[in-house]
Amino acid sequence: MSEHSHTTEEHGHDDHAGLSKGKIWKVFGILLLITVIEFIIALVLIPKGIMTQHFGNYVYIVLTLLKAFYIVAYFMHLKYEKLGLQLALTVSFIFIIYFIVLMLTEGGFLNLHMMHH
Amino acid sequence: MNAVSQLDQVKTGPWNGGRSPWSVEYGKIMMWFFLLSDAFTFSSLLIYYGAQRFSKLTWPAPDKVFQSIPGVMEHGAPLVFVGIMTFILIMSSVTMVLAVEAGHRRSKKEVIGWMIATIIGGFMFLGCQAIEWTHLHHDGFWWGHIPSAEELKHFFNKPEDVSLIASQQFANLFFTITGFHGFHVFSGVIINIIILIMTINGTFEKRGHYLMVEKVGLYWHFVDLVWVFVFTFFYLV
Repeated sequence: MSEHSHTTEEHGHDDHAGLSKGKIWKVFGILLLITVIEFIIALVLIPKGIMTQHFGNYVYIVLTLLKAFYIVAYFMHLKYEKLGLQLALTVSFIFIIYFIVLMLTEGGFLNLHMMHH
Repeated sequence: MNAVSQLDQVKTGPWNGGRSPWSVEYGKIMMWFFLLSDAFTFSSLLIYYGAQRFSKLTWPAPDKVFQSIPGVMEHGAPLVFVGIMTFILIMSSVTMVLAVEAGHRRSKKEVIGWMIATIIGGFMFLGCQAIEWTHLHHDGFWWGHIPSAEELKHFFNKPEDVSLIASQQFANLFFTITGFHGFHVFSGVIINIIILIMTINGTFEKRGHYLMVEKVGLYWHFVDLVWVFVFTFFYLV
């Protein structure tokens, strides 16, 4: 087959092998489970003092990133795309991470200096 | 054969043109890049929110601000209503993947069914959000408006924590960020309806593929993805 005969129809088929109905429901179950864990932390563990709010916040962020991974990798199918596309879409988030660090440092600085007023 | 000059030879490498080096259709790549830019927009909003929260000594407590299930109970049920909203959105994400999956099998009937389910989920989420907004508005929060200092005591963990500036920042950012997200959900529902009509009309059947369903699916999952972050940073943290 010549390279020029690649049409959209063909792409539609070959890049979409991995996701069966069973897998979809499994990912749904995982997302639901993570959300339930977040609720248990928020409604039971923190109010009862088993977990501090500060530590809980880190757990929330890890769980949120885990959920984000499952949505992007499976529902948005990125796990089955080529490495080039995966990198193009994720590497740029280095800038976002830098932005987060920058702004939170700034916020923390303000917080520290407002305490003296 | 030998007469063909080097310049005229068709190059076959993946990055030499003629086909997508990522084996992804053009429209899908563009949707991905749009979503990337949209992710940056949402990130900047959420990062500003984080920076504001970090800079304040106190902040309205989510458990106290969001503790009603409209129509069922006014107080004492923190996070339950937003939990229902989260469930609705994740559920509609699942029906969307199932529509995409049915599209691969070119099963028109199933695509229609799952698309309708997704649209209903979208409307349910928007309805919940409207109720949530109304409720908070009745409490006295809005862009540029907060309840009186006396009333604000109910929304902080300790009465001496009350901060007017923090409350105002919370109100502005809550309505801006959930509003921007809600607007995305709304556009998503509209696009889903358009795709549903096209499916019913048999447009994709004639085209031979249901790639459009995949593209709107990407958008819909992105909306779900953003909600995951909004949920964490407004309701949990």
